[in-house]
Amino acid sequence: MREEKIYWKGIHQLDDSNDDLSALEHREFAEKLPADLFGKAQEKDSENESPTRRDFLKYLGFSTAAAAVAACDGPVIKSVPYVVKPEQIIPGQANYYATSFWDGHDFSNILVKTREGRPIKIEPNNDAPDFYQTSARVHASVLSLYDSQRIQIPKANQADISWDDLYAQVKQKLETLHQENQRVVLLTHSIISPTTRDIIEQLMVKYPNIQHVQYDALPYHDVLDAYQQKYGQRAMANYDFSSSKVIVSIDADFLGDWQNGGYDSSYVRSRVPDESKKKASMSYHIHLESNLSLTGSNADKRISLKPAQMKKVLAHVYRNICLGFDIGDENSEIQSIVDHIVKKINVNPSQAVVVSGIENKEAQSMVLAINEKIKSSAFLPNQPLYFKKGEALAIENISRDIANGSIKGLIWYGVNPVYSSPKGQQFGQQIQNLELSLALASVEDETATLAQFIAPTSHYLEAWNDYHPKSGYYNIAQPTIRPLFLTKDFQQILLDLAEVPMTHVDYIKDYWQNNILIDSDWNRVLHDGFYTINESPETIDRVEESIVIDAAALIDAEDYPMSLVLYPKISIGDGQQAGNPWLQEMPDPISRVSWDNYLTVSISDAQNLGVVNTTNSHGAIDGSIVQIKVRNREYQVPVLIQPGQAPGTVGLALGYGRKQGVKKEMQIGVNAFELHFDHQRIQNVEISPINGPMHEFACIQLQNTVMGRGEIIKETTLEEFNTQEKEYYNPVVHVSKNHVKVSVRSQEVDAWRSFDHSIGHFFNLSIDLNACTGCGACVIACQAENNVPVVGKREVRRSRDMHWLRIDRYYSSNESFQQDYKQNDETTWFGEAFGTFRKLEKAAENPQVVFQPVMCQHCNHAPCETVCPVAATVHGRQGQNQMAYNRCVGTRYCANNCPYKVRRFNWFRYNKNKEFDYHMNSPLGRMVLNPDVVVRSRGVMEKCSFCMQRTQKTIMDAKLEGREIKDGEFNTACAQACTSDALVFGDANNQNSKVAKLKNSKRKYYMIESIGTKPNVMYQLKVRNTEKSKNHSITKEA
Amino acid sequence: MICPIQIVGQDDPIIQQGKTLFNTHCAACHKVNRKAIGPALAGASDRYDKEWLYSWIRNSSAMIAAGDPQAVALFEEYNGLVMTAFPQLSNEDIDNILAFTDYVPEVIQTAPVAVASERSSQTPTLYKIFLIGLVIILILLVGMLYFIQKRLVKIKTQVESDFKPDPRIDPIWKAFAKNQFLVFSTVVVFFLVGLYQLYGYMMQIGIDKGYQPIQPIHFSHKIHAGDNQIDCKYCHSSARVSKHSGIPSLNICMNCHRNIAEYNGEEDLAVGYDTEFYTAEIKKLFAAVGWDEENQVYTGQTQPVRWIRIHNLPDFVYFNHAQHAQVAGIDCQTCHGPVEEMEILYQYAPLTMGWCIDCHRETNIDLLGNEYYQKIHEELSKKYGVEQLTVAQMGGLECAKCHY
Repeated sequence: MREEKIYWKGIHQLDDSNDDLSALEHREFAEKLPADLFGKAQEKDSENESPTRRDFLKYLGFSTAAAAVAACDGPVIKSVPYVVKPEQIIPGQANYYATSFWDGHDFSNILVKTREGRPIKIEPNNDAPDFYQTSARVHASVLSLYDSQRIQIPKANQADISWDDLYAQVKQKLETLHQENQRVVLLTHSIISPTTRDIIEQLMVKYPNIQHVQYDALPYHDVLDAYQQKYGQRAMANYDFSSSKVIVSIDADFLGDWQNGGYDSSYVRSRVPDESKKKASMSYHIHLESNLSLTGSNADKRISLKPAQMKKVLAHVYRNICLGFDIGDENSEIQSIVDHIVKKINVNPSQAVVVSGIENKEAQSMVLAINEKIKSSAFLPNQPLYFKKGEALAIENISRDIANGSIKGLIWYGVNPVYSSPKGQQFGQQIQNLELSLALASVEDETATLAQFIAPTSHYLEAWNDYHPKSGYYNIAQPTIRPLFLTKDFQQILLDLAEVPMTHVDYIKDYWQNNILIDSDWNRVLHDGFYTINESPETIDRVEESIVIDAAALIDAEDYPMSLVLYPKISIGDGQQAGNPWLQEMPDPISRVSWDNYLTVSISDAQNLGVVNTTNSHGAIDGSIVQIKVRNREYQVPVLIQPGQAPGTVGLALGYGRKQGVKKEMQIGVNAFELHFDHQRIQNVEISPINGPMHEFACIQLQNTVMGRGEIIKETTLEEFNTQEKEYYNPVVHVSKNHVKVSVRSQEVDAWRSFDHSIGHFFNLSIDLNACTGCGACVIACQAENNVPVVGKREVRRSRDMHWLRIDRYYSSNESFQQDYKQNDETTWFGEAFGTFRKLEKAAENPQVVFQPVMCQHCNHAPCETVCPVAATVHGRQGQNQMAYNRCVGTRYCANNCPYKVRRFNWFRYNKNKEFDYHMNSPLGRMVLNPDVVVRSRGVMEKCSFCMQRTQKTIMDAKLEGREIKDGEFNTACAQACTSDALVFGDANNQNSKVAKLKNSKRKYYMIESIGTKPNVMYQLKVRNTEKSKNHSITKEA
Repeated sequence: MICPIQIVGQDDPIIQQGKTLFNTHCAACHKVNRKAIGPALAGASDRYDKEWLYSWIRNSSAMIAAGDPQAVALFEEYNGLVMTAFPQLSNEDIDNILAFTDYVPEVIQTAPVAVASERSSQTPTLYKIFLIGLVIILILLVGMLYFIQKRLVKIKTQVESDFKPDPRIDPIWKAFAKNQFLVFSTVVVFFLVGLYQLYGYMMQIGIDKGYQPIQPIHFSHKIHAGDNQIDCKYCHSSARVSKHSGIPSLNICMNCHRNIAEYNGEEDLAVGYDTEFYTAEIKKLFAAVGWDEENQVYTGQTQPVRWIRIHNLPDFVYFNHAQHAQVAGIDCQTCHGPVEEMEILYQYAPLTMGWCIDCHRETNIDLLGNEYYQKIHEELSKKYGVEQLTVAQMGGLECAKCHY
């Protein structure tokens, strides 16, 4: 079977796939140099003797001579064409396939870009009516295909065996267990594939002793229970925020992982004021939470509360809205929050919506009741989501039953309970007592290593699948590459075990023809990737009207003195992709820390505990280490002081601390799942500081900031936006010329000769700060598109991260920007991060947050261009600031002179370098590289190119077809990844283009405009729907 | 593309006519002496009855349907392939064809053998002569050196005993050394010449103009693109749409070579490119693609050919074939040289940046009715005050157009 890889060697670029071959190519000699040749033949016995100085000189002389001889000839480059070329593959042209991503945690409809048969990038499937959002994790999933840790061949007791042998042995054991009528459990994550469920039934027909159990690391039992009670079906209610006027979120991080996420685009649609209307409107978003989440950062009013307080608020709101009476809360602060929420909802009840992430069935029932009562238009209970099906005590029950001998066999797929369950250790021990343990896994993770048999499953990009994530909505997943290793689809393994003589794809086809397809055909669906039918009215079985909800229980809920709030990070999520270096290096949107999880502590708690964050002269952060104790488990974790963290709570990210199946560099952090007792995110915790060395963070929070200069972020309130002139909230910067104030956009103050951009394409990028949620999908999309290397924790700490696109996060106090800037000017950024910022800190206990994506601004008057001694960076007529890597000599003048700090220097060669053992160090990992973009070498400056390769491609296609280019054809990787339309790219010379219209928007401003760089990246200022009129950003005179 | 059958010898009009008819009607599926899609035709009139052959050739399927045992056997032997019916052929025509296929030409067998032996003997002889000459020269040199050394030793002893320099006249080298101007200008001249040489040498590094590696299969562009006039883009088809011209996959070769198993074209005996040589190269293709000539089937045993790439651009260069060959309509030969005359392909152009730039500066954009260019060309030509823009004026000199 391995010979099948010949298909891969097809053309010369694919040679990378042949490990042996390229290893040979990159080695000087095929065999190891026999050291005996160099005069040590007599000393053969003394093997341990180290080479002498003379030997060293001999080697040196020989290798110099060899290098000199080798240098005389260029390398001979081989080109291996296909024997029979697949019709659809044209070298140099990309093919796209529609498929779907589902790993038990994230779901997305995607397009996969393949080049010469290799998937190299994930893009959103914008044709899909739903779930077309692609998170950073989905974008990064293509790299997991080329993970060197993947299991490549079936294993029995750690030894490689063939599939036939594996099947024979497993079947024999299954047969024995069947005859003895012993129970075997098939443990999977939530199966949302109708065909897979059917295949599992086939297996259970063959072996009636098999029982299917579903288990989710992040289960949402309470949501499912509440929905089931009310609507008679185990599902979750869907929401669509696009027409909401008031969004009340009580600890529901719906821009993050809440209910599998994917609410960004509908949320953002309600958040961007339409300036063409006389009175622009946007939703008002109240957010209550303990940790500072992505959703909280985007809220108009964010209130940080302890978990117990949030329960109280929800119960009171429920009483007010649904029952119509409330005795009120003894705590006046809570009462005022409740009053505020109720008042807001009552303005226009049907356009309000309440969502909650409180893990309590009563709480979730209240949310359903409230939304039902106010007839919320955003509340879609008749479009149930089927993502979660896990049983509450799956792992506990299985552990118990193995212990008491009623389960003799276990087959598991897609789950890693030893890692992801607090009872994992116990479970792991029990597995080893089984008569049959078969792991269907793609990496040898914590659980798979304990199995007798490992059947390697294909990556989702190599496999067929189908999904039913929502009522009336079906999806197909198709392979985009032949399996790289001897792996099979999970379902194929089940079919083989059930002795159903069918391939998985035929089974899916049959199933769809017989059960799903009504008015479409298979090829159409395969092409689209999705299929919709109208089945919503029947999906809700019944509506239970009379549900008694115990509000008092929620009000009297136990309050811990210190609550630990566990959360999945935007980058790592539930830890399934912890071995993905792109995700590890992606800075957290809020804390800007990469390569770590840590305890987020509020500023006042940090003072009480005596823990600190300090910065060193590189701008890197160090943090105290504390001991946390939950029940009887103790861990040492570093502390990151987090503005916005509710006092009395600490946060810790899940998904870290993987120890098996990930490379050494990725085995970082602590496993917070071990503290996820009873699947509750909220745990009672005791914290005690430890005296000792500080933890070193790879944090870019203080790195690459603009050091408190003005004009970076501009914001205003909705009221001002509607009532005031543009000059009030978004004035053009004026500079002084001969003591007269002149607009910076005037020719008078322009010392530069302007480029003529009026002819041809003129590329501009608009970034809407109202629409940007900070999710970071663009960061990973850019990394995949442009072959941006991963540099590792140590280098990130030295602010040598290579991301071409970063999302800056700025805090501002609730008071005013004026004060912030004043204080900024009085203090310096370097020094103790929070220590010297006492005053600013006080206000920053609950800061407002702005996210600002920053990439090369492609200045028309670029400071970098003038200082390059070799003209390696020059301006193009189409608006790009062009960087010729091959011309760069690495003086780094340009980076020094860049006011936006967007240039990245290759301090090392990051590819084929064992010091940077990430994906670019192995032929397998390098298969993800985009062949259209050069991999930069050491000593070269690089930066955003406005995706030159993509604009060139679009132009090329138009030329070949002999037509003009329509708006929407030009796109950069970041703008394409942004399904919220925060980033819009296009040709500003095309008057009908979106970007040309945005260029005339009232909200448009340029970053640090006063220095006269005239960027081609524009920002749309942030409008907040806050109540009190606030000073807009000040503009300073240059 | 299909080489006509060559006949050496007699100019019998019947055979000539038969040959013409054969080439028109039969050659697509039949060979005279070898099995192709259909059976070899040599000796067909001996194997079958003439009348049977007449009716078979005019309408074979009717015979198969009628259940003629010979016809059915033949039909089954060739995997149920139906032979095209030729009702237009008269009996006389068929006779002529059969006369042609039965004709055994009197081929002079000696010539190629002679050439082959000559080739094999000639080279070693030359080599031997060269070697012997070298040895003689070396021996002479050794002898000379020995005498020179002996003489020098003699002179040395003599000089030490009785040579006394004349104090009045400086030797010429001393005079030269004393003249500082001369020394200075000589150094400068040497330095400049050296620098010039060094520059010339350095500028040649990495330029592989004329690179002509020996390929695993001797593929003659001269025979394909020259003699047989095959369009470049028939094989290098992705040059129409992609940045890569693409090295054709072997199934493209088999489009023609399914029917062409041996070489019948011109020979270049001086270098040893005779019919056998070329035919052997075609066999290499069959081995690579897994074509079983005997049974006319693919075996599935393939061995991808590892061609040596001749035109190599560095990774940091973007070059698009479709832009040049399709959009601009430039002949492939402009950059690749007279490929149709190249027996062994070599790199014709230096492929340096200067070479690209020079062309971009001089070449006018040919609109060719391409709507993409219309507006921008109109506006830009007005701006530059020219009728036709060069590629450079369109932005073809910007760094990031080719480097990213």
